[in-house]
Amino acid sequence: MKILVAVKRVIDYNVQIRVKEDNSGVVTDNVKMSTNPPDDNAIEEAVKIKEAGKATEVVAVSIGEEKAQETVRKALAVGADRGILVKTEGVVEPLSVSKLLQKIVEKEKPDLVFMGKQAIDDDCNQTGQMLSALLNWPQATFASKIDIKDDKLEVTREIDEGLETIEINVPAIVTCDLRLNEPRYASLPNIMKAKKKSIEQLNASDLGVDISPRIEQIKVEEPPKRKAGIKVASVSELVHKLKNEAKVI
Amino acid sequence: MSVLLIAEHNNKELKPFTLNAATAASQIDNDVHAVIIGNKCDEAAKALSKLEFVKKVIQVEADYYENFVAENFAPVIVKLADNYSHIISSANTFGKNLMPRIAAAIDTSQISDITKVIAPDTFLRPIYAGNAFATVKSKDTKKCVTIRPTSFDACESSGGSASIEKAEASEEFSKTKFVKREEVKSDRPELGTARVVVSGGRGMQSGDNFKLIISLADKLNAAIGASRAAVDAGYISNDHQVGQTGKVVVPDLYIAVGISGAIQHLAGMKESKVIVAINKDGEAPIFSVADYGLEADLFEAVPQFLEELNKLNTIQK
Repeated sequence: MKILVAVKRVIDYNVQIRVKEDNSGVVTDNVKMSTNPPDDNAIEEAVKIKEAGKATEVVAVSIGEEKAQETVRKALAVGADRGILVKTEGVVEPLSVSKLLQKIVEKEKPDLVFMGKQAIDDDCNQTGQMLSALLNWPQATFASKIDIKDDKLEVTREIDEGLETIEINVPAIVTCDLRLNEPRYASLPNIMKAKKKSIEQLNASDLGVDISPRIEQIKVEEPPKRKAGIKVASVSELVHKLKNEAKVI
Repeated sequence: MSVLLIAEHNNKELKPFTLNAATAASQIDNDVHAVIIGNKCDEAAKALSKLEFVKKVIQVEADYYENFVAENFAPVIVKLADNYSHIISSANTFGKNLMPRIAAAIDTSQISDITKVIAPDTFLRPIYAGNAFATVKSKDTKKCVTIRPTSFDACESSGGSASIEKAEASEEFSKTKFVKREEVKSDRPELGTARVVVSGGRGMQSGDNFKLIISLADKLNAAIGASRAAVDAGYISNDHQVGQTGKVVVPDLYIAVGISGAIQHLAGMKESKVIVAINKDGEAPIFSVADYGLEADLFEAVPQFLEELNKLNTIQK
């Protein structure tokens, strides 16, 4: 079994997001970037499956600017065997990402494609489902548990009402939830080793896919500010205010 | 052209968010048609036909539609898509799972989780977990849009009298099989839709102390939330986590107890209508978003809070 894992470079989840003064987007200059958190779970799961002897190769792929190489390198440091970087510039919408990934899937012929359920920058939650539509493969989204049974996967999915279990045939797409596993940290020797692993670089334009945006971003604004609240002196004042002023109890 | 709303249901009843999605659909175009895909779902189809805003219902049935597998649902919608300018569903796990599969099949760049309809092609949506809001305009001929249910009012569930048409089922997708669903059975409201949420943080100091949060939640008929710190410390299971990496909640009342207010937690709750913070550290960032802040030891304040609530007898159920 061969597993392809898609990873995205995003603003680190601990960074306070600032909107640019001209409302053209959010500030990314000199901001700490990291792997999209659920993509870390995707890599972790693929590496665990390989360590359990159920996968032969884990390939990490990222789509983005030159610097996304760091994100691929990090995946290599936690155990992916080799990497692919598809270089793009500017905004690449999930539909375009899924079309580029489709080309990579056709070339690499993986049995499974893993990725995070959602990227924490655009919060779209689309790419995995779109890729499975393009390939006409089964999709298991929001996975919190994966059991491999020969050429089938039993996947537990986190849904609003609780948990759902589905069985899907390989080849398939799985999008990973944060509760799937506990991503490991890369050890220093593994970080050193990862430097020797290969990262194949491609240009999006070489893949023959139209990735021009279909959505125009008109402006990006700060969320509405909350009115300054007050400090109450006692519990009884709090309850009084909640009942008579806010009228919520 | 008309708008196609995808109904969410359990084959017997409509799921409540369908009513919010109907309102959003009506803000795009008056002519809202709703499709219901299921197995023996006549009752739910009838309920759908009575919704305010819904002008026509399309009912598609097969036994393999019993469990809402997206691989089976998407081809049905794709077949109907020709007649519609927009396809709309809720941005909950049902719509999130299904809509992109439709969008890719009709080569449309989906717009997810909108909080406002500005024009039929222009929408407002939160990005970076609500730390910024983007106004976006779709250039696609057909638009696939998921809506954030808590940002739109539920429509009236009666008054409508739409016709119900039956449409043919699509072929079964045999490579995905539903196995089981384990619904969290609880008298407590769901975290994502509760009117009141009581959350505990690292300040709770132990899992055992979370019983204070539970008593308060019981009293207020509230859902129980937690900060990532409390979950990481093992005080409570991770399905209670509120924040950028957990659930985003928008209740009428959010009570944060012993929560300092890390950025990633604030992202998950700061759209709540009224926020209460109880924390003994007066400098905690949670106070910057709280409407009512109480600087106090939670182990004294929460029992007092319960006592005060007991004196009131008007708690809304």
